[in-house]
Amino acid sequence: MNPLLIIILVPAIATLALFFVPRGNNAAVRGICLLATTIVLITAVLAFIQFPNAPVDDAVGIANKGLESEHVFKWTTKTEWVPDLGLSFFLGVDGMGMAMVLLTAIIIFAGVIVSFGITERVKEYYVCLMALVTGVFGVFTSLDLFFYYFFYELAVIPMFLLIGIWGSTTRTVDQGYATMKLVLLLSTGAVIALVGLIAVYLYAPGAGFDMVKLEEVAFDTSFQMVWFPAIFLGFASLIPLWPLHSWSPAGHAAAPAAVSMLHAGVLMKLGAFGVIRVALTYFPDAAQVYLPWVGLLCCMNIIYGALVAIAQRDLKLIIGYSSSSHMGYVLLGLASMTLIGMQGAVFLMFAHGIMTALAFSLIGWFYDQTHTRMLDDLGGLMKVMPFAGVGFIIAAMASAGLPGFANFVSELLVIIGAWHSNANASLWWYIPPILAVWGLVLTGVYLLRAVKDLWYGEISPRWEKLQDVKTPLQKTPYVVLIATLMLFGFWPKPMLDVLDGSVSSLHYRIENGIEQSVETGALVRDVETPGSGAEGGAGLDSDENAGAEGGADR
Amino acid sequence: MDLFTLPLLAAGDPPPIVTEGFKAWGMWIVLFLPLLAAIITTCVPVVRKRSNIAATLAIGSLLTGLVITLIYFFEALGGQMPIYEGIVNWVEVDAAHITFGTRLDHLALVMTLVVTAVGSAIFIYALGYMHGDESMGRFYGKFALFAFSMLGIVLSPNFFQTFIFWELVGASSYFLIGYYWKKHSAGEAAKKAFLTNRVGDFGFLLGILMVWAAVGAAADVGGLGALVAEYGAFDFRVIEQAFTVHGGEILFGTTFAAAVAAALVFCGAMGKSAQFPLHVWLPDAMEGPTPVSALMHAATMVAAGIYMVIRSNFVFHFAEWAPTLLAWLGAITAFIAATMAITQRDIKKVLAYSTLSQLGYMTMALGCGAYTAAMFHLTTHAFFKALLFLCAGSVIHGCHHEQDMFKMGGLKSKMPSTYKTWMIGTVALTALVPIAGWWSKDEILGSHLGAHQVAGMPIVLGIGLLVAGMTAFYMFRATYLTFHGEYRGHHEAHESPKVMTGPLWFLAAFSLVIGFVGIPNNVFGTKTNLFEAFLDSWHKGPYAELHAWLAIVSTAIAWGGFLTARAIYRRSKGTDPLPAKLGGVWTLWNELWYVDKFYLWLVRVVQQGFAKACWWVERWLVIQGLVNGTAQTARLAGDGIRRVQSGRLGTYVTSFVLGAVVLVGLVLIQLLVRM
Repeated sequence: MNPLLIIILVPAIATLALFFVPRGNNAAVRGICLLATTIVLITAVLAFIQFPNAPVDDAVGIANKGLESEHVFKWTTKTEWVPDLGLSFFLGVDGMGMAMVLLTAIIIFAGVIVSFGITERVKEYYVCLMALVTGVFGVFTSLDLFFYYFFYELAVIPMFLLIGIWGSTTRTVDQGYATMKLVLLLSTGAVIALVGLIAVYLYAPGAGFDMVKLEEVAFDTSFQMVWFPAIFLGFASLIPLWPLHSWSPAGHAAAPAAVSMLHAGVLMKLGAFGVIRVALTYFPDAAQVYLPWVGLLCCMNIIYGALVAIAQRDLKLIIGYSSSSHMGYVLLGLASMTLIGMQGAVFLMFAHGIMTALAFSLIGWFYDQTHTRMLDDLGGLMKVMPFAGVGFIIAAMASAGLPGFANFVSELLVIIGAWHSNANASLWWYIPPILAVWGLVLTGVYLLRAVKDLWYGEISPRWEKLQDVKTPLQKTPYVVLIATLMLFGFWPKPMLDVLDGSVSSLHYRIENGIEQSVETGALVRDVETPGSGAEGGAGLDSDENAGAEGGADR
Repeated sequence: MDLFTLPLLAAGDPPPIVTEGFKAWGMWIVLFLPLLAAIITTCVPVVRKRSNIAATLAIGSLLTGLVITLIYFFEALGGQMPIYEGIVNWVEVDAAHITFGTRLDHLALVMTLVVTAVGSAIFIYALGYMHGDESMGRFYGKFALFAFSMLGIVLSPNFFQTFIFWELVGASSYFLIGYYWKKHSAGEAAKKAFLTNRVGDFGFLLGILMVWAAVGAAADVGGLGALVAEYGAFDFRVIEQAFTVHGGEILFGTTFAAAVAAALVFCGAMGKSAQFPLHVWLPDAMEGPTPVSALMHAATMVAAGIYMVIRSNFVFHFAEWAPTLLAWLGAITAFIAATMAITQRDIKKVLAYSTLSQLGYMTMALGCGAYTAAMFHLTTHAFFKALLFLCAGSVIHGCHHEQDMFKMGGLKSKMPSTYKTWMIGTVALTALVPIAGWWSKDEILGSHLGAHQVAGMPIVLGIGLLVAGMTAFYMFRATYLTFHGEYRGHHEAHESPKVMTGPLWFLAAFSLVIGFVGIPNNVFGTKTNLFEAFLDSWHKGPYAELHAWLAIVSTAIAWGGFLTARAIYRRSKGTDPLPAKLGGVWTLWNELWYVDKFYLWLVRVVQQGFAKACWWVERWLVIQGLVNGTAQTARLAGDGIRRVQSGRLGTYVTSFVLGAVVLVGLVLIQLLVRM
């Protein structure tokens, strides 16, 4: 059976099944969710392993003129829904999507177990969680623009409920305020992106909502220039791009542990994924023009985010601003417009997701007991919770870019890529990578300070009775997250192999511009694109064949 | 530039390269055994809790490594050993071709021997020193992790792998300095060490990137392409080839850029080998257990910076003002560290500053292009400084964790083994008679005479000579305060057990003889410089010579330092007459030239100021202005509409889920119909 269907349907079914569980039977609720996420995790892992060699009979490839490899989506399945509008339920993943699906599967598996500590309105909580994760999987696997957006919203709205109901108000952040801000900013971003998506749909009616066909549309340059900013900013507010980031740390601070994990681990990646899948893929010419400016903005992300993190004393705000700082590296990698940097960026989306989930889950572990996250109140906790302490130090070290963890490889690839993009450019363009390397120093500053204040030193008597992570079930999420970080840190090749096809195709498009990359004109029914159709026929012979194959698959 | 290019081109034919067979991959065992030991001791609870199993694993892994290395060593003694390469591709993305593995040439072999031999001795010593510590398993796990990381640097075939293990030794150093995590100062020291190194690594990484980009760009010319394709542009051999063929000026465009690249690469060594101005972390690192100080912060890890520069010497050789920078930084470090050592009360701190000072000597040699001399001093220093640290540990152990020398005294008779080995180490370090340090330090001083590329060379040499006297002074100050006179402590002092004195004698024996492998050829007119001969295939530059007048002058200065210390401290009663005599100078030295205070100001005021400023912008401009301002405008507009909402969360949940269910259901029905 198609693994993507399992991955989408199992949590969706679990969501519905939860409604039939009698109120108060929390064990059943947790059991159903654990079962569902375990199935999803196993499926995702198997799919990830198979991905490079999966049979091609249900794959769709998009050929790029002059590039040997195709942009391949595997395990596609398509059901016409409203044919008149070109609307269909269309699933499939490329390498990037596969990596993100694996990331989500790991995090939700860990998140479900971490949430066992929730005791209020358990059923509703898990309903929201499962709905959210269904949405996330949907975004990463949808090849239909309508469903892409539908799932995107499906992921955002439960977030509002999860933080609004199960979150908490602390000295630093008011829960209601944080929730409203998060939802308002995300919705605004989504609406701006939606306008852009509608414009895309209207531009190429021949393609309908089919994202594969849309990738073969040669969008006119002036159209790209107008709509790139809208779609980019719409999605980038979720990354979050400076200065649209302030919803994120506040949201973290108010959210319960598992929601923070999903928020930083997965939701932010939805934004980056949207930027890549829509803005960069459809508008490569505009990307060439705008990305250098993104390269400058993301320096603000990195340095400013890190400096603000240094000024914090609330642990969740520290990690929250740290996330915004590290997503700056993702943007830097994309903005470098080099294959190295882009590979690093997508890899970092994965690595940062796992790392930050680990950090938030551990913060949740002791916050549930201490009810404070202020560094000044804590200290010496290593004595009572060595397991959590070691786990947290691992998360901090991974985040600070210690070799042996996936973050190191990906961040270094981003920096190398950013450096490489300067081969023939002006000296000024060395500034972003230099700042990025300095960002690694600043990361060390706030994380080591947090580690020292939390775990080292004498323990205060009121924390003497705190519980460490004890049972194997409790340890499972942390072990899974750490193992993932180390596996890809020691041996990044499998991840890079999976990413290669989709990223090199994207890189090729951005480097060569859309006219050099796609067979133009074919899908634009009403020819409103002056000049773009004329040169299309001059493509190489082999590419026509490749294009024909791609078409035949559909 | 001719001056520097000549010796490089004069180097002999490179030895053949072996990439297949067991011997090519044998060093993987040496490298990964300690990691295996570290993983088992950390992850298996049974092993972690039974300290003797953990210790056996760690010691066994290192001893096995020593034995395997010795097999290669005997092959190398019999004649030129080929270069053994066991390399795999680790990451290949476009131009970012990164390999991982081991490359064993004579230089790496010497360093591996030092690490495994000194390391084994210290691992065994730690059995006695850490006896009774509740978490000895944790200790040995981290110690083994360090051994792995250090060997990774030594055997690294490329800059990127060096950087990987560079960070890893930094992390293991962080863990071990903070080993006594209940102590506030230990946590602070660990953090300081890590972050200071991070600052150095900032430059290091940029330097690596500069070199990588330059070499990668030159790949199309001069037959370099094949090498780059095989090894990637991070590889030392590829970089060396690029520098030999093109020279720094062509690679980087300008000689200035070449010098900047070299200076940036040196930043890494500045952090790891604690050179001025990044020297501040090393003395604080003495918060860790003494075996850690001996192995990491004296013998091996801090020497990694020196080793890295030796390994990538071609980067520095061609770089305009970089040699001058190195020599001067080395001289400054050697001098200020010696002045600080004179003012210390803590026996471990004296040795720490002494280590700084000796690393300064090595850096001076690097600046003078005397790479073999630097390597020789690194080797001898590893033995006698590890010995001195272990002696200090033995003293601390014997005096019930007292570290203040003014509360010791008279230990000569109470701890005879420790005293004798300490004296051997001290004499080897201070170069009073021709053993270990006498030969290696003299090679370094002698190398200045030919180093015309260093601006102000006579002054650097003068500082070097002056520091020789200061070294003798502070070492014998420590000796007299600790071992001579009356015992001033409260608890009864005792000699350490055999498991600790054994390694002391082992290292002492090496400290006695190691110097004789590097007697310059011109002393007896025959090839007595075995060390140089061993590194012959790798060695570049003129052969070391003994300059009689220089040797006499430096020895005389050292004796002067010794006799001064003897006059002042021989009959010490636990007070120090120096502060009164030196006055303001003493204060300057004792306050560590105010460098630490300056950095503290930098962190507390400047960095925190930036952070606070950003936080202010965040709170009042971004959040309050941009976000809340927009929200308030919207709220006023939407005030009427808001009344329509019920405000009950339950309603929201239900309506949201129902909507979603309807949509998903539609899809499912469609799916079923089509199937």
